Amino acid sequence: MYKKKECVVMLLAGGQGSRLYALTTKTAKPSVSFGGKYRIIDFPLSNCTNSGLDTVGVLTQYQPLYLNDYIGTGLPWDLDRTFGGVKILPPYQGQNGSDWYKGTANAIWQNMEFINRYDAEYVLILSGDHIYKMDYAKMLDFHKKKGADCTIAVIDVPKEEASRFGIMSANEDGSIFKFTEKPKNPDSTLASMGIYIFNKNKLQSYLEADSKDPASANDFGKNIIPAMLAAKERMFAYPFEGYWKDVGTISSLWEANMDLLGEKPTLSLSDESWRIYSRQEASAPQYIGANATVVNSTLTAGCEIYGSVKNSVLGAGVKVEAGAVVEDSVLMENVVIKAGAVVKYAILDSGVCIGAGATVGEDRATANEVAVVGADVAVPAGKVIEAGAMISKL
Amino acid sequence: MTTAGLIFSNIHDQSIPEMTRQRTMASIPFGCRYRLVDFALSNMVNSNITNVGIITHYNYRSLLDHIGTGKDWDLARRSGGIKLLPPYVTAYENNIAGRLYESRLEAIVSAGNFVNRCNADYIVLSDCDVILNIDLNEVVKEHIRTGAYVTIVTKRLNTANHHFDGNVGVVSIEEDGSIADIASYKPQDDTGEVDISTNIVVMSRTDLQAVIAESVARGYKDFWKDIVAKQIPNKRVRAYRFDGWYAYISSLESYFAVSMQLLGDDARHNLFAQPNRQIYTKLRNSAPVKYTDNAVVKNSLVADGCVIEGTVENSILFRDVHVGRGTVVRNSILLQDSYVGANVNLNCVVTDKNVIIKDDRNLSGHETMPFFIEKGTMV
Repeated sequence: MYKKKECVVMLLAGGQGSRLYALTTKTAKPSVSFGGKYRIIDFPLSNCTNSGLDTVGVLTQYQPLYLNDYIGTGLPWDLDRTFGGVKILPPYQGQNGSDWYKGTANAIWQNMEFINRYDAEYVLILSGDHIYKMDYAKMLDFHKKKGADCTIAVIDVPKEEASRFGIMSANEDGSIFKFTEKPKNPDSTLASMGIYIFNKNKLQSYLEADSKDPASANDFGKNIIPAMLAAKERMFAYPFEGYWKDVGTISSLWEANMDLLGEKPTLSLSDESWRIYSRQEASAPQYIGANATVVNSTLTAGCEIYGSVKNSVLGAGVKVEAGAVVEDSVLMENVVIKAGAVVKYAILDSGVCIGAGATVGEDRATANEVAVVGADVAVPAGKVIEAGAMISKL
Repeated sequence: MTTAGLIFSNIHDQSIPEMTRQRTMASIPFGCRYRLVDFALSNMVNSNITNVGIITHYNYRSLLDHIGTGKDWDLARRSGGIKLLPPYVTAYENNIAGRLYESRLEAIVSAGNFVNRCNADYIVLSDCDVILNIDLNEVVKEHIRTGAYVTIVTKRLNTANHHFDGNVGVVSIEEDGSIADIASYKPQDDTGEVDISTNIVVMSRTDLQAVIAESVARGYKDFWKDIVAKQIPNKRVRAYRFDGWYAYISSLESYFAVSMQLLGDDARHNLFAQPNRQIYTKLRNSAPVKYTDNAVVKNSLVADGCVIEGTVENSILFRDVHVGRGTVVRNSILLQDSYVGANVNLNCVVTDKNVIIKDDRNLSGHETMPFFIEKGTMV
């Protein structure tokens, strides 16, 4: 039984995130750990539930096992619903053949039936690779008030960074007159956040036309948005202010984690009115040993600390043995740092074990790049891993 | 062979009146993020006992809230799962069917419907103040092997290191494993090592059904005297010796002492680090713990959601506790949502939930008499 839903959310979670390299060999980017007990996808999912949007299709493709498992019934985000809720939408075989998702637009096109089952008037399209807190209900109100066909959330970025984004030029009333994907000489600083609201019927007709064009890359930024602009549809830029970070690269992922630290952090997760939910396991409480030092850091359940931890973010079940030092680093779940090992300016993926006396990375002041060790790698005792190294296998 | 579980949630409420004014013994917060009932429940779930009744009597609102649908223990099931068994109140005169049950046996009788319908071969009865991680399958297997009428899980403890009181049953175990006597603990016959009953008991369902029928007919009230003791001469009351870490709560003083034992690796690992036998609890979506630049934390357990700006030593902090700048918390237990301001000194203090301690306060108890601050108090 399907109840009508005014707005259905489609969350694009199929990307590999190849720039995260060692962190995404076994899992898709949206399920990369963040902030100790979260995954990147917790942010859009929590935003949906906090915005009162309870029908979410998650489009998966690359390495979906972990992501499927993680989302499960959707219970942690309160999206385990009888009417609506979260549904995983993988590529499938149909009567007219089967295909992988060829692009973001094609992924939605292949799942129009999901949207139509709920008789939706609006479709909100999200991507699973940004860290931010946003009330989509306000954006939907804006979309309705403007009588828009398509609304694109935008954020003001520094001029020198603008060429990394899709840049909009908008009139005073917010209507968009120009859109350029990654311009060399940007004439605006309004960057697309990859968050779109479409009127369902408009979206459907553009996707259908796009699907018939063999030359198309089937991509929202490259094809659908330019086509709608060219046809002079009503398109508006919805200005967003607040924390927003694309964590598509190692350095931005590291930075976003560090944004959680400090007395007045740039990104606070303790805001009761806008909680970020995550799937948790029932691990024991964290234990800080009698000779441990833990300063300016954030730790979660299951950690056991006997050494020194400074300016770092630790995931569930991390063990830091006596005499070990962890500084300026991100340790994902179940990482073990053996006695006397030193980890500085590094990201260690889940299950990594750093042997006794080993060294990973170097002082942030002198290191050029973050050192990265991929999931389940065991670094032997005494081994030295240089600053900026990218290790997925030893 | 299937086994069902029955948990008594109110049975020792009077042991720790400070904390049971508004809650059952079962819902006393313990060990940073748990409630006492989590241990009995998790032991059952980890032993594939997925049909569990919890007998409640009064004050059970906090327990209802904690258990919810039972999902966090994987007990939200179509078939079986968790059932709360409150007193049966009818709409007619004498509406509490005579009076509220008081004894263990009366509580079992009140759960007669659950026992009759649970469709299990064996039933494990457990109190809610037992803190241990045990594989109950082994107990049931032993029960079947020996053909016992009742198998009681016992634990050998040294009286010098433990707080005992009259509620504890001391059992004398024969060489063949049968129990010769069960008596209340008396300090005068202190003998160093004693075997005590954990009050975790296995019986077959049919025997338990017969107990219920007979108790109603004859007006029996005491499970140990009227039921168990009668089988002692037949050698069918047997002990299952548990050799892991075990504690029970008999007073605020023992609550304090047992909690502090969790800071030692032995208790903590024995309880929480058993492979495939985790302790489950209601999950709360708190952010990870934040330690600021001024944080100094030694030998402490800290639950998610805490913000630590001061010094914490030898203490247990439940979820979402705030420790302000310049504050020193030593040998204390701060229950969830306690807020401790700046420049406060706490030593041997137990704060119940939602306590606020304003800046510059100095509060101290002693380990034999911790200073207890009631739920929601502002100091």
